[in-house]
Amino acid sequence: MSTTATAPSHGRAPDGPAADAQAPDGHAPEVGARQGHAPERSASEIADLARRVVGTSSLDEASLRRYLHGLPGVDQVGAEGRAGMLATRSIKTTSKAWALDLIIRMIDLTTLEGADTPGKVRGLCAKAVQPEPGDPTCPRVAAVCVYNDLVPVAVDALGDSGVHVAAVATAFPSGRASRHVRLTDTREAVQAGAHEIDMVIDRGAFLSGRYERVFEDVVAVREVCRENGATAHLKVILETGELATYDNVRRASWLAMLAGADFIKTSTGKISPAATLPVTNLMLEAVRDFRRETGVQVGVKPAGGIRTSKDAIKHLVAVKETAGEDWLDPDWYRFGASSLLNDVLQQRQKLRTGWYSGPDYVTVD
Amino acid sequence: MATTPTTSTGTRVDVRKTYKLFIGGAFPRSESGRTYEVTAADGRFLANAALGSRKDARDAVVAARAAQKGWAGATAYNRGQVLYRVAELLEGRRAQFVEEVSAGEGISRGDADDVVSAAVDRWVWYAGWADKVAQVAGSANPVAGPYFNLSVPEPTGVVAVLAPQRSSLLGLVSVLAPVLVTGNTAVLVSSERRPLPAITLSEVLATSDVPKGVVNVLTGRTAEIAPHLAGHLDVNAIDLAGAALADGVTWGALEAEAAGSIKRVRRPALDDAEPDWTAVPDGPRRILAFTETKTVWHPKGV
Repeated sequence: MSTTATAPSHGRAPDGPAADAQAPDGHAPEVGARQGHAPERSASEIADLARRVVGTSSLDEASLRRYLHGLPGVDQVGAEGRAGMLATRSIKTTSKAWALDLIIRMIDLTTLEGADTPGKVRGLCAKAVQPEPGDPTCPRVAAVCVYNDLVPVAVDALGDSGVHVAAVATAFPSGRASRHVRLTDTREAVQAGAHEIDMVIDRGAFLSGRYERVFEDVVAVREVCRENGATAHLKVILETGELATYDNVRRASWLAMLAGADFIKTSTGKISPAATLPVTNLMLEAVRDFRRETGVQVGVKPAGGIRTSKDAIKHLVAVKETAGEDWLDPDWYRFGASSLLNDVLQQRQKLRTGWYSGPDYVTVD
Repeated sequence: MATTPTTSTGTRVDVRKTYKLFIGGAFPRSESGRTYEVTAADGRFLANAALGSRKDARDAVVAARAAQKGWAGATAYNRGQVLYRVAELLEGRRAQFVEEVSAGEGISRGDADDVVSAAVDRWVWYAGWADKVAQVAGSANPVAGPYFNLSVPEPTGVVAVLAPQRSSLLGLVSVLAPVLVTGNTAVLVSSERRPLPAITLSEVLATSDVPKGVVNVLTGRTAEIAPHLAGHLDVNAIDLAGAALADGVTWGALEAEAAGSIKRVRRPALDDAEPDWTAVPDGPRRILAFTETKTVWHPKGV
């Protein structure tokens, strides 16, 4: 892969957590402080960048296929071995305390059930703002992730707490609907006040090689996210559990980033396997390489299957080792999770009191 | 032993055993990777046992917690049947238990045989209580109002059990079985020097109908593991029977730790000796030590 010079129009992402506006007490930034520090890019800038990376004058099926299939293949044994090695690191005491708080700040507290009620979402929002009642040092989570129709409830419940509302849209989780329906779905969520949109790609189109269609879907959804002055961030769910190979995960990651994704996300959480460490590590390599090549930083969000602090800490190790410290920040790395938060809270209690805690000592969600 | 396979030199190589822990129905090594030598009363080597750590105790509590709801949800009759089946399997392993009790406790095979018989009988005795304890300990209370008022004993939850240090099978059964009959799940810390009967019991339980996680067996130093169980917020009760005569353990200190999370604590009977485990219990006291009384008010028809 050639390393092209950074185009002046695309400002480089900040070089480290020091450049970050995170409040010192660990709480999420106040509302209004837009998450993500990458300068806003216009649709034409994104298209220019994609054409330059792909090396073509027009982004069509053939050029995208040529580019994506020209990406180096993934050594499966090597990738799994590397992930296994990263998982052996031991993180203890003060490092562990720091990691636990960072994990909480990175959580997109999620409920995506058919049985979700406004009451359940309000309860989740209360927990998002104050995960550990009685402990003011406990940070807030990054966002609450709900279905489209419950966005107004979440927006209302979170108020000006600084916790964002993320909505899954585009006929989540399958994505099997016309583009019109998927865009309308997204538009409703954005208009209801969602700060972040989690879209799914059309895996059927991707697996049958119609890359241009997937690319244009992402571009179209991104436009809806930025309609009428809205600034919703776009997370693109690749649903890696359905992509069959690591090569496909790498291709889908690059395709989503070229189309202007702010985040690439592993899974919907409805398919197993979801966010495995090798897949997440592969996506971290992709965002690292993408920034090296274009100067544009893209975030990563593993979702589904991360239930314990231990798992989450393994992910943080991978973030640090593969992508770098710039990604060790809620603006660039998120965990899509529900039960993870309770486990982290129990671990925090263990560190604070010295005694193992139990599920009776955290709120039920 | 009629024919023993031999090496070319005529002497058979010993198959020396390295046992593991019993957590959640599986036999994992200690998280710490440590083992210790178990020796007979006369000092000869018997086997290697896993030297459990606080993290093994943590894992065992997680397994016990996960199993508790299902075990308590089974009918009392069913629990009784499942436990009775364990007694059948204990009987089937009689020879192995006699061997281990005899070697570990330094008693003759004849005496050890009596101990095993008593242990099996004790297990059956407690299994029988499963569907009777509510009648004995429950009550229909006369109240001044148009209500049926019923009190019933319910399991307290996850119980940590420190098994007696000396009586490695009969004492073990006498403290473990009463915890299980009402629907508690147990994290058992075996006798430190004489863990083999507890390990064999875990092999029995693994092949019985007792669901995984209902009994979890940790071998190792009582003084190392017990404080973490006593302080663990997700353990509801602790039986300190094995705190007496354990190296470096003061049961009062464990009771003080347990108070931090308002656990039920059963103190050891004596400080410097073990009770006579051969005596048949004079009632379901040990069972009721790990129950909570639930009282229900039900309106009578008008």
